[in-house]
Amino acid sequence: MSHVFSKRSNSLPLQLVLYLFVLGGTVTAAVTYYCTPKYLRVGYAPVQPVPYDHSLHAGQLGLDCRYCHSNVDQSGFANLPTSQTCMNCHKLVKPQSPLLAVVRASFESGAPVPWVQVHKAPDYVYFNHAIHVNRGVSCVECHGRIDQMTVVTHAKSLSMKFCLDCHRAPAQFLRAPQDLYHLAASTLAEQGRTADAARFIQQAKIKPPQSCSGCHR
Amino acid sequence: MSEAVEAAVAVPAILAEVKPAVLPRAVLVENNRSFAWISDKICGIIEGPTPRWWWICFGVASFIASFTVAGLIYLVGTGVGVWGHRSPINWGWPIVNFVFWIGIGHAGTLISAILCLLRQKWRTSINRAAEAMTIFAVVCAGIFPLFHVGRVWFAWYLFPLPNSNGIWQNFRSPLEWDVFAVSTYGTVSVLFWYVGMIPDLGLLRDRFTAAGKRVRAFLYGLFAMGWRGSNRHWSNYEMAYLILAGIATPLVLSVHTIVSFDFAVSLIPGWHTTIFPPYFVAGAIYSGFGMVLTLVLPLRAVFKLEDLITQHHIDNMCKIALATGSMVGYAYMMEFFIAWYGANPNEGFTFINRAFGPYAWAYWTMVTCNVIVPQFFWFKGVRRNIAFVWILSLLVNVGMWMERFVIICTSLTRDFLPSSWGYLSPTVVDIFTFFGTFGVFGTLFLLFIRFLPMMPMAEIKAVTPQADAHHGHH
Repeated sequence: MSHVFSKRSNSLPLQLVLYLFVLGGTVTAAVTYYCTPKYLRVGYAPVQPVPYDHSLHAGQLGLDCRYCHSNVDQSGFANLPTSQTCMNCHKLVKPQSPLLAVVRASFESGAPVPWVQVHKAPDYVYFNHAIHVNRGVSCVECHGRIDQMTVVTHAKSLSMKFCLDCHRAPAQFLRAPQDLYHLAASTLAEQGRTADAARFIQQAKIKPPQSCSGCHR
Repeated sequence: MSEAVEAAVAVPAILAEVKPAVLPRAVLVENNRSFAWISDKICGIIEGPTPRWWWICFGVASFIASFTVAGLIYLVGTGVGVWGHRSPINWGWPIVNFVFWIGIGHAGTLISAILCLLRQKWRTSINRAAEAMTIFAVVCAGIFPLFHVGRVWFAWYLFPLPNSNGIWQNFRSPLEWDVFAVSTYGTVSVLFWYVGMIPDLGLLRDRFTAAGKRVRAFLYGLFAMGWRGSNRHWSNYEMAYLILAGIATPLVLSVHTIVSFDFAVSLIPGWHTTIFPPYFVAGAIYSGFGMVLTLVLPLRAVFKLEDLITQHHIDNMCKIALATGSMVGYAYMMEFFIAWYGANPNEGFTFINRAFGPYAWAYWTMVTCNVIVPQFFWFKGVRRNIAFVWILSLLVNVGMWMERFVIICTSLTRDFLPSSWGYLSPTVVDIFTFFGTFGVFGTLFLLFIRFLPMMPMAEIKAVTPQADAHHGHH
């Protein structure tokens, strides 16, 4: 008989299994919580070159989203306003405000304001902004209550599951056309108008793709 | 007294003429070798100095393996387009290579599991090496579908893990079944291999302890998991081994059945046939025994193992290759028969195209290697000519690679739409990546024969003539 190991090492395999089990459980739990868009993206609120306050403009003043983001319902790409759009008002309103120095400089030089993009679809995803807006998907569905934000914040996860939840059951998420830019409005389903939602889906031929190539073209 | 007895019991005259045929059982360990000789022989391979030929082979094998590594780095860095498959042949060499390697593994599982349950004692001399071959073949096989997914860092999508994408695996797809079939197969093969090795690892630990080699005693002892060879250990060990044999037995049939479903479940002419599962399993075992012979015959010569791997073993392996090879040949005939009898014009065209179309060269190479080559094993003279058997075993594997190539390429290049017909030309990356897997396999196998007992000593001792106290009587 050869004793390479002491008697204590008899319990070693069991201990190892237990440790690995605990370690595996911890890693799984950590990945499940921390490595998801819900954790990684939500709350992203970068410092912008101009401290533009959506809660003031869209909330208190009641500007329509499309006054600045003028192509969101016409183009696949949702545009940011040029500094000319800002200056429509700010030539007269607070024309000397130091907060607007960047806008005035942009207006004079023609170089765009270097806004930091907050909501970004990955390059392997085909996303057409207009088709969503025109088929009853309100701004608030993906961007949250922008009209209450002082600084634009990434409010929803925008994960693939987030997209698929709506693509699989659009009737739950659609709003009436006149409610699309009123971010406080509730969905047709929340208003109990499920029949209207169903008719809308039928009339507007809403068939959100669920195949891989629907978005990953 | 004897006269009286003879008179009382009249022996019928006919009995004197009855001569029962003498059918001696083949001896599994020749020259009446002792237990100690077996231990010294097998352990000596590990304990002795590393032979020069081992270093040379290891260097060559590692160099060849670097082709796979380089090919895969280039593939990941550039994209899966560096492989030669194009629409309509989206399964090119990588899938051919996958089926080829996964098939080779089947002989190891057959030898270790089915032959164990059937109490075929001759398995003992070759099962360890065959199981090692299985595991290393699965490693080589796994490379191809893993990288064929394109973005290999997303390969975990194959497993049903909760994710933030809101997607779930398609369990109606045979490709998904493949994931589970092959990973189960790999896991069970490793377990079976390892559990069978524990008594031998214990022996090596004891020998290294006695020799004062503490590091190696520690390492072998670690994996021997406190094996003492007590009665209770043996009792548990035998039961564990039997259970694992029971678990592994269906895998011999299921893994390649599911691999064949990758094809048979589709609607492509030439793939959509019910004969595929048995035909693939027979082919897999055929190719596996080809590979076992390819590996074991040189080992037998280099390490002078003729007393342990006897002519009887080689005969048996050749006969299994003959049986399974003939089954494959029968399946080839049946495919043609059904193509004619089924009267489906697409199916009929596919098989005419296989034999006489642009891939006729591959088809007839396949038929030569898989139908004609095994027929040589009918002859005792051939089976006793070790060099010839070895060459035939190489041809078996050439043939089985060709078979998968023919199945994949002929059907995909000639589908229903003539406008999408094509011809597959592999790229250099295809060829190098496949070539390199022989290096991966060789490197792993060389490490195995250098550091692990390549024959189950405990089991061999149990089948020696010495272990039979009654010398064959009773």
